[in-house]
Amino acid sequence: MAFLEETVRGIRKDIVKMIGKAASGHPGGSLSSAEILTLLYFEQMNVDPKNPQDENRDRFVLSKGHAAPGLYATLAAKGYFDRAELDTLRQLGSILQGHPDMKKTPGVDMSTGSLGQGISAAVGMALGAKIDHKAYKIYALLGDGELQEGLVWEAAMAASHYKLGNLIAFVDNNNLQIDGPICDVLSPYPIDEKFAAFGWNVINVDDGHNFPKLRKAVEEAKQVVDQPTVIICQTIKGKGVSFMENNAGWHGKGPNPAEVEQALAELEA
Amino acid sequence: MAEKKSTRQAYGEYLAKLRDEKQELVVLDADLSGATKTNIFAKQCTERHFNVGIAEANLMGMSAGLAAVGKIPFASTFAIFGAGRAYEIIRNSICYPKLNVKIALTHSGISVGEDGGSHQSIEDLALMRVMPNMTVLCPADAVETEKMIDAALAIDGPVYIRLGRSDVPILFDENYNFEVGKATPLKEGQDVTIIATGLMVGPALEAVELLAAEGISAALLNMGSIKPLDVAAVEAAAKATGAIVTAEEHSVIGGLGSAVAEVLAETCPVAMERIGVKDRFGQSGKVPPLMAEYGLTANDILAAAKKVIGRK
Repeated sequence: MAFLEETVRGIRKDIVKMIGKAASGHPGGSLSSAEILTLLYFEQMNVDPKNPQDENRDRFVLSKGHAAPGLYATLAAKGYFDRAELDTLRQLGSILQGHPDMKKTPGVDMSTGSLGQGISAAVGMALGAKIDHKAYKIYALLGDGELQEGLVWEAAMAASHYKLGNLIAFVDNNNLQIDGPICDVLSPYPIDEKFAAFGWNVINVDDGHNFPKLRKAVEEAKQVVDQPTVIICQTIKGKGVSFMENNAGWHGKGPNPAEVEQALAELEA
Repeated sequence: MAEKKSTRQAYGEYLAKLRDEKQELVVLDADLSGATKTNIFAKQCTERHFNVGIAEANLMGMSAGLAAVGKIPFASTFAIFGAGRAYEIIRNSICYPKLNVKIALTHSGISVGEDGGSHQSIEDLALMRVMPNMTVLCPADAVETEKMIDAALAIDGPVYIRLGRSDVPILFDENYNFEVGKATPLKEGQDVTIIATGLMVGPALEAVELLAAEGISAALLNMGSIKPLDVAAVEAAAKATGAIVTAEEHSVIGGLGSAVAEVLAETCPVAMERIGVKDRFGQSGKVPPLMAEYGLTANDILAAAKKVIGRK
């Protein structure tokens, strides 16, 4: 457990540093989903950074593609590429694009960024695995605001219709989107009842920053064979950096050098 | 009278033929498998045919995911829904990562007929052509449809194949050779070159005969490969005949006519006329009167050829 806690602390620091260096990017939703990514890549997923194209590997699709810094920090920590690359985020010629690009970044399994499309691709991947009788699983991470996209529900309907028990989706339920609280913009609630009505196995996690709770949910989801599972995680946008927490203003902007310094000090503490 | 078959029918039949040879091939449809003819494949291969329901965005997204795990998906629906409604999914989930998805859309153009303007796609070539990594193919008959499916399978990346609802004459035999990026010369001539694609190749062949009867020698190129375009063939035709007429069952904006005009304007400006839908929507009707109403007949090509020769 100490290992996961130390790993996620390092990932958070890298998220803040790289977005600060790039002076643009999405810290809020990267920080809110850091434990989910850490648990998957450092404990739950069958992946090998030395063989990122292994056809039997588990796949991860960042449907909320704007949380790319979180994914990049995780992949770098796992050893897919040199951590020094994180300094090139969003720069011309970088392997680390503003949103995930499977053709440029080792370890990225699907290009995403346009909301709703990642989960749709994940459903296709899970169907492909199923018809080939492969054992690998598909993990996807959605934002809560993303649930406003109609495509999410087209994909959700197909996933249960095709009984894709090899698909496990997370919702990073941090309650904020660019324009404000999701309830004020356009409420997606009740999220759990919606997925249940679409035929999914639903697991609620009341603290998406708690590794034991996340682990229990994933292990439970892995037991389900004939139904996709969604794990709805209550999270805090900007988690770990006091001035970013629960502040929609930090959805999509980079911290200045002083803010980076303060954030890193808080994360060290 | 030549035998007739729609390109959608040829598509469905050929997919079924490929069933055993191409084990990675999967076919997806959005509740139109009877109309797109993928049901012919489905009857023989239920386990590799997936109906995603009336959800074209998810049709394309799932196809992207299937390609990402090594499948070769053929995604089919009507051109208006596939190229139109699902445009941005094709753009970001298929073309941007250059995934190996074949998008075969039927009911393109006004030859949809009675269903009317809401269902007649006159923009799909333009929409598909503008995306990086996309190859755009438009078969003239059943034989070319099969050849284009073979060509699409030889490409590791997205390909759009534009198919039609109506029966069209079978123009080519099994020896017909199609190559991506190459035009096929069908007639030699000195006075004007007609460059046609899709179901306009038939009327273009008629127009060549009509012109000959009036003592005008017209060359004809079948341009099945809209992108990449056979730039060399367009330039050679411009130099040889000094006058070009394009003919397509699509808007004159953004399709074959635009693609040819881009080449001519940049490297070889000559007089040009475009036969196509003149920036207006389609409407209900039987196909022959529709084609006449929208200026898509052999006589329209004839008139355009004479006009463009007059401008030389």
